[in-house]
Amino acid sequence: MSALTPAAPALRRRGLLPSGRGFVLALPIALLTLVPLAAVLGLALAPQAEIWGHLWQYVLPRVLANTAVLMLLVGVAVLAVGVPLAWLTAMCEFPGRRFFAWALVLPLAIPAYVLAFVQMGLFEYAGPVQAALRDAFGSSRWFPDIRGSLWGLVLVLALAFYPYVYLLARSAFLTQGRRCIEAAQALGLSPLAAFFQVALPLARPWIGAGLALVLMEVLADFGAIAVFNYDTFTTALYKSWFDLHNMAAAAQLASLLVLAVLLLVAAEQRSRRAQRFHASAARQQRIALQGPARWLAGGFCLLVFAAAFAVPMLQIVLWALSVWRTDLNADYWGYAWNTLFLGLVTAAVCTLLALLLAWVRRRHTDALTRWTVRLAVLGYALPGVVLAVGVFVPIAWLDARLMAWLAPFGIETLGILKGSLAAMLLALAARFLAVAFHATDCAMQRITRSQEDACASLGLGPWQTLRRLHLPLLRTGLLSAFLLVMVDVMKEMPITLMTRQFGWDTLAVRVFQLTSESLWDQAALPALAIVLVGVIPVVLLMRQTERSAPGAP
Amino acid sequence: MTFWKTALCAGAFGVATLAQAQPAPAAVTVYSSRIENLLKPTLDQYTQQTGVKINLLTDRGGSLSERLAAEGKSSPADVLITVDMGNLHNAAERGLLRRIESPMLNANVPANFRDPQGRWYGLSQRERTIFYAPGRVQPGQLSTYEDLADPKWKGKLCLRTGKQTYTQSLVAMMIAKHGVPKAEAIAKGWVANLAGDVFTNDNSLLKAIAAGQCDVGIANTYYYGRILSREPDFGNSVKLFWANPGANQGGAHVNLSGAGVTANAKNPEGARKLLEWLSSEGVQTAYTHGTFESPINTKAKADPIVQAWGKFTPSPLNAADIGSHQAEAIRLLDRVGYR
Repeated sequence: MSALTPAAPALRRRGLLPSGRGFVLALPIALLTLVPLAAVLGLALAPQAEIWGHLWQYVLPRVLANTAVLMLLVGVAVLAVGVPLAWLTAMCEFPGRRFFAWALVLPLAIPAYVLAFVQMGLFEYAGPVQAALRDAFGSSRWFPDIRGSLWGLVLVLALAFYPYVYLLARSAFLTQGRRCIEAAQALGLSPLAAFFQVALPLARPWIGAGLALVLMEVLADFGAIAVFNYDTFTTALYKSWFDLHNMAAAAQLASLLVLAVLLLVAAEQRSRRAQRFHASAARQQRIALQGPARWLAGGFCLLVFAAAFAVPMLQIVLWALSVWRTDLNADYWGYAWNTLFLGLVTAAVCTLLALLLAWVRRRHTDALTRWTVRLAVLGYALPGVVLAVGVFVPIAWLDARLMAWLAPFGIETLGILKGSLAAMLLALAARFLAVAFHATDCAMQRITRSQEDACASLGLGPWQTLRRLHLPLLRTGLLSAFLLVMVDVMKEMPITLMTRQFGWDTLAVRVFQLTSESLWDQAALPALAIVLVGVIPVVLLMRQTERSAPGAP
Repeated sequence: MTFWKTALCAGAFGVATLAQAQPAPAAVTVYSSRIENLLKPTLDQYTQQTGVKINLLTDRGGSLSERLAAEGKSSPADVLITVDMGNLHNAAERGLLRRIESPMLNANVPANFRDPQGRWYGLSQRERTIFYAPGRVQPGQLSTYEDLADPKWKGKLCLRTGKQTYTQSLVAMMIAKHGVPKAEAIAKGWVANLAGDVFTNDNSLLKAIAAGQCDVGIANTYYYGRILSREPDFGNSVKLFWANPGANQGGAHVNLSGAGVTANAKNPEGARKLLEWLSSEGVQTAYTHGTFESPINTKAKADPIVQAWGKFTPSPLNAADIGSHQAEAIRLLDRVGYR
């Protein structure tokens, strides 16, 4: 085969080859999300005129406005925190840079609901901060009330979620910003102008992916939002389902949520040009910051690190120290092991599926495939309970079939699939596939088309190309995907709670049991354990991005 | 898809072991939204006494009902233990609980704390009443829940969020007592009197009264008892007042934790026996002392901390009655902007 004949991949890229195959390949993976979704939406078909009248008049207007405002503010906040931090630690030199480069990822290990209850405990009227103010000034009435406040919630969510943006933006700056920056500076741009005109546009897909993850987290979050008693779309869904016991109305709300997410995804995709990225291996000096800028940079890093990790951890450790004598027992090994096991297995499943999805989408660019892939990674934006119930319904149905089928053999067990981890793993995988997919897809985008075309012209088939070209180049991205999912699963609460079997309590379940009884100090012990177990993958993740950066010191 | 295989293998292995097992008493599977730390020791005691193994799974009350409904006929659960009468009533109305005949339960549980149709039984009482800061409020100024809606308490009241079932049940009781329009006016008055944003838990609410953020509040007594057991001095900064003590004021609001046997129970006999045991005089002490609730069984004695709060007039309304107004109460709270 000569390189002069038009290569098939090129034709396929332009949509000139039949395109049904991509859809066929992506669909089985998408079913992971689509089946639970269909199970829930199937409940939405019964009209609920009466309750909708109530929701429409008293609940939805405020809830919709709240959700939009929260997403906007948290989105702006994570960008304002994550991107500058990524730039500073990737491209500049200032005191403490090496420490902050990895320390700023640590908040990823703290679940948002834990951060929320810790910050609430610190800053509420009866908390230590305001108590100290009252001792000093006689009154703390002037201090803004954190309870039920929007600013407090935005702060907590931004501090909990900025690492997603920080991590992805940083790896973008590290791997491709350097040579461009050199060129830009050679053309006479100042470092600041080079950042805004060259580095930022180049890193956009990564920053966009990070932002998408954060916004989906905000949409689906229930724990942190409940601590602040803030009403979002998710709380309206909980209210209809668990308080008004109207499953149909809840399912209808869930369908609206899905629709909103699809619009978001479509907008995000539309705004993104099909850019090509090349990893460059240029060795380059960091920009050495001078004078006050050095201290400003270090101070900013320190401020974020203290607020997002050091101070809350100190409070958690203090609480944990006050109870560990009575509360710490051998059960904790079991909780920690369950947590770790779930994280590992789900991460493995998600990474594998994400790789297949990213690869299918790469090879088949028709609209049908693209939308199938988008649907497959929708789970991340859905509240965990929606997925959990959506997984339960089909599994219970399957179980009933299996039992009927086995009954003649005299076997009467209580549910073959329900008695296993299947439900839990399926629901977790459906939720976190998006996390793995974004990280894998970003890495996939860095492989140039010409490399693929070269493989094709050498006569390598698609599977060989995947094995010999993609996998080696994707290793970093896949490992990042694996570790991100792992940390996320360890922090996850609603799905684990609802789909687990007896004896499958994780650390997050433990936190739930204690916080639901407002035993904050006792809940600090499992929370601390989550952070300690979660720090392992976070540190690995950090070393990974450091190492993947060519020429990084 | 290896875990499917694993699951199937595990299932098959389970079947094989079941087939070989000695006829031990069948296990009872409990779905509970009650605090595990305190429930588990009691259940372990049952296992020691009877040899019946108990599988315990905890979650939020609402989630457990949804789970039971989704699992349907193949559900492993035998017993559902929940807190709050609204949850119990709802589970029964959805057909998740079965009717049981038990003279022993009927003797141990007073009539207004159990389902008239025998689908669920209260196992402990949890009173929800008024708390105040003694330096800033005189007990003589306090009277009823309804009175806290009076403008004289403006900026002095602390309440818990309307998303919590305890708040919903209290409002449901107001509806059962006064009808919707008057209950709505009361809830509106409460919202107008709030000192700060509503609390997500009673523990923080009581601490806020002590810290001086507000002067009065409504909370469940056992949270107060729990703080007292750790900080005996707390009783000086926050005191308990039994609400609605007057002859025609209707008495203090009493909520429940309770249990029922699930509709698809595989071991309904074992489930009933466990409930009977839990309602018995000796066990009621263990069941309520750690939690600072009041025993449902009138023969059992409450914890000394609880006894120190003295006698009170409980509301005579039936729990099922109040439970049936729960959904109405939630909508009422939405209407008055009680978050």
